[in-house]
Amino acid sequence: MEALLPYIINGVSAGGQYALIAIGYTLVYGILRLINFAHGDVFMVAGLVMVYTTSSMPLYVSIPIVLICTVVLGFAIERVAYKPLRSAPRMSLMISAIGVSYLIQNLAFYITGGLPKPVLNPIPWVSETITILGATTKRVTLVTPVLTILLVFVLVYFIKNTKIGMGMRAASRDFETARLMGVKINTVISFTFIVGSFLAAVGSILYFTNYPSVAITSGSLPGLRAFIAAVFGGIGSIPGAVVGAFIIGLCEEMIKGLGYSTFSDAFTFALLIIVLCVKPTGLFGEKVTDKV
Amino acid sequence: MKKIIALVLVLVMVFALSACGQKDSGEAVVKIGVFEPQTGDNGAGGKQEILGMQYANSVQPTVEIGGKEYKVQLEIVDNRTNAENGPSAASELINRGVSVVLGSYGSGVSMAGGTVFQEAGVPAIGVTCTNPQVTSDCEVYFRICFLDPFQGTVHANYAVNEVGTMKAMTLAMLGSDYDLGLANYFTDSFEALGGKVVSETFPEATSNFVSYINRAKEEGCGVIFAPVSTNYAQLIIEAASAQGYEGQLLGSDTWDNNMVVESSTGKDVEVKITTFYQEGGNPEFDEGIKAWINANPDALTNNGGNDMVSAVTVMGYDAYFVALEALKAAGSTEPAAVLEALPGVSYEGVSGLIEFDEIGDAKRDQAYIKTANTAEGVWEFVKIQGID
Amino acid sequence: MINKYSVRKESIVGIALLLILLAVMTVIDFFLPSYHIAVMVIKKASVYALVAVSMNLLNGFTGLFSLGQAGFMLLGAYTYAIFSIPVAKRAGVYQYFDGGWIQFSIPEFFSEFLGETIGLNMGIILTLILGGLVAAFFAYLIGLPVLRLKSDYLAIATLGFAEILRAFFQWPNLGPLTNGSNLLKSYPDFKSATGYVVLIGIFIAMIVLLVNSTYGRAFKAIRDDEIAAEAMGINLAKHKRLAFIISSFFAGIGGGMLAMYMGTLQALSFKSTMTYEILLVVVMGGIGSITGSVITSFMYIASMEWLLRGLDSGTFLGIHAPGVFKNGFRMAVVSLIIMVVVLFFSKGIMGDREFSVKGIVKFFDRLFGKKTPKNAGGDGNV
Repeated sequence: MEALLPYIINGVSAGGQYALIAIGYTLVYGILRLINFAHGDVFMVAGLVMVYTTSSMPLYVSIPIVLICTVVLGFAIERVAYKPLRSAPRMSLMISAIGVSYLIQNLAFYITGGLPKPVLNPIPWVSETITILGATTKRVTLVTPVLTILLVFVLVYFIKNTKIGMGMRAASRDFETARLMGVKINTVISFTFIVGSFLAAVGSILYFTNYPSVAITSGSLPGLRAFIAAVFGGIGSIPGAVVGAFIIGLCEEMIKGLGYSTFSDAFTFALLIIVLCVKPTGLFGEKVTDKV
Repeated sequence: MKKIIALVLVLVMVFALSACGQKDSGEAVVKIGVFEPQTGDNGAGGKQEILGMQYANSVQPTVEIGGKEYKVQLEIVDNRTNAENGPSAASELINRGVSVVLGSYGSGVSMAGGTVFQEAGVPAIGVTCTNPQVTSDCEVYFRICFLDPFQGTVHANYAVNEVGTMKAMTLAMLGSDYDLGLANYFTDSFEALGGKVVSETFPEATSNFVSYINRAKEEGCGVIFAPVSTNYAQLIIEAASAQGYEGQLLGSDTWDNNMVVESSTGKDVEVKITTFYQEGGNPEFDEGIKAWINANPDALTNNGGNDMVSAVTVMGYDAYFVALEALKAAGSTEPAAVLEALPGVSYEGVSGLIEFDEIGDAKRDQAYIKTANTAEGVWEFVKIQGID
Repeated sequence: MINKYSVRKESIVGIALLLILLAVMTVIDFFLPSYHIAVMVIKKASVYALVAVSMNLLNGFTGLFSLGQAGFMLLGAYTYAIFSIPVAKRAGVYQYFDGGWIQFSIPEFFSEFLGETIGLNMGIILTLILGGLVAAFFAYLIGLPVLRLKSDYLAIATLGFAEILRAFFQWPNLGPLTNGSNLLKSYPDFKSATGYVVLIGIFIAMIVLLVNSTYGRAFKAIRDDEIAAEAMGINLAKHKRLAFIISSFFAGIGGGMLAMYMGTLQALSFKSTMTYEILLVVVMGGIGSITGSVITSFMYIASMEWLLRGLDSGTFLGIHAPGVFKNGFRMAVVSLIIMVVVLFFSKGIMGDREFSVKGIVKFFDRLFGKKTPKNAGGDGNV
């Protein structure tokens, strides 16, 4: 147990970070049936903005800027790249998502010059090293899961109890009917992207406090893992995404602990394929009937 | 509308084609090709290497070949780090009529380009491609850096003799021939000295190294040898510091980068690296290149935002002058003549004396060992280490 | 509306066009050195054309959105390299693994008793096909669970399989076979670009024949409406599996030829980015258009590798602006163009139309004022 503890702490922390990204995937997929491939890159851009702002501004200015920039980016992506394709086949939407991801990475490369950016001024208190039960870790590792769960509760409350939350639920249940019932579908979708990007920005701040180097490709792997977590938990379900993320995070660290790190990614994908084949609705997903 | 756009696109292409053919200023020009990654995984390192060449070009923009003054023009082509884009980048250089090629940063793409250079008979001077196979299989490839077997052995000796540990961990990125090649040579030498190695690999784009550090602590490894690229080096330092790892981190030439040392500032880690050059070893050069970098905003960006000199930049600088020496000795801008002249070149560069052996490798038998001064965020010279 | 005269004229024009193409290729090979950039572009673009067409067969004609292309290319590439490295070179290539497990080379074996030129080329082609078969076999295995999934789930599952395959090929314990993370090299290559063009032309022609056969029509029916297709008596599972296997077979061959072109082979090249790149080529050419994929492959590779390089190095079209035209700009511009195509020209340059001999004949007939019947059968040819 003593030997396992660092892996567990680490896995829970990784899970928390994936969860914050996974919610963005699951919300968007729930409504648009779109795997938003660009979501991981939004996460990366948030990290880059953090690098630039924290090095020139005090913390209470830079963090709001990171959150605002990321939200604006998420909103803009939806308006520019997904909205015009609303009546197009799902494949076009996904291709557009891949194109956006490609574009963001290349633009980020052009602007930053392609060098991985170290986070030189991490957020003070959370980035300090502490010792817990004999295992050393950063404080952010412990903060992440707590903050994640807190944010999820706020989000779930929000979706259950506000008008726009109701709109989101309606749209994810049945897009067309919701529209006919007078739900302002464009507002709802934009709002979904805003919420998803906001959580990704929070995740990004925590992630890059823990692993302080932002490369152009930093977003792709956490993004993919978070997506798998969302599928695993049942796509469209917020608690599912969170539970899935924690499971994936833990499994990954356990595999590394056992010395099979070559296959830590392969395992995640294998898990995805097994879930898709055996129980496509995931752990908490509702059964979707295909409309003919 | 679509037709007009299509037409415009076609016109753009035609212009681009014709633009390739232009350029005629009457002045005699000799072209040196720069075959470096500017995008992809090694984009960062490649750009720092190019900086050295560009600085060298600004210091010495002309060369006298066969009694005639030539202007030296750098033709920079991006090989995008991976082998897939190597051959076309190489032939693009040849298409531009270069006399000699410098690069590349990575070994894999150098080998991919090497076949093309070989067919064209254009000599290439490898700057920091350290895999033995780059030159052993290719007659036109030379190189000015040391090789993987040498570097791996230096580290193994250092770990046993100086650190005094008999257990080491190697940490390499899965899929990278550079990482695993070096780790392999380290393991061979370390085990020959009676040590025991725990080998670990991590998948690409990993940022969480905590588990690997934990494993090293559990196994009681006195050193972690991690011949990884800059980005991972930063993260490994961070994880080692956060986990309170008490052993030493050993890094290869890729670690000699200002971003790596910056990320170790204020951390409780001991980092040792091998490299080609020690900043401060040649004050005049340091001063010059720093002034140049600071005066040039693009160079500053490409160097990661500050003016600390990386070893690869120095190697790029030396490679440029080796090429000029070869051109002078050849007395002609013909690639074939340069190829013939190259083996005989002897040049006292900033990184030391550069001469080639019969395979085309540099005769280098020592490496600089540096350590990261975590209080001030600079590299500090430790010693010169060879293999005995 | 089939007119004997026009059919004969079409085949004559078609054969003439092919001969012209062949002549052009021979001239290029004869006059340009093998390392010329144009030759490189033709080689790489033809490989991309084959892979793009094979992806189009799946995504465009059968409507199965698969993102596993890079994985199948990886299989083909490694099979080709592993079985064709000359025995004498193996010790050097497998430097960390004592020369590896496999100690024979198919092209060498053939060149021993069929002579250097014929034997070697035959060996190369057979090894490439072997690579295709290995890819097809894995496609069969992977298809068993995966093909039951719907659109985007299928995409993500095939993407996952490609990544799993890559992890296995990099696994150090398989090193004596795959050389782990290290490079494979020194395997034989065609001497000329004509070899690439002819071979790939044949493979693409096979795909065209397939698309125009009963199977092809069944594929399209599945794409247009699965339920209706099933109601018409098309066995969905069988046809989807068939399309998946055939597409992977050609992707495997394409991978082998890409390895040949690259000269060195490393699993790291076959990332999901490669699949995305090919997918974007297919989209730009028009989903469901074979000629579109071929033309775009050539345009894309030529501009990326050759024509647009100026965007990275300071001067483009005679404009000297090093502040803007610095490295990374080319990729940024290309990805912007791709986004514009995806958003505003979603049909790509060809839509689902084809560039056919019939269309060319008709075009010239019109040009010379001959009257052609307006009714072209509604097949939408250019």
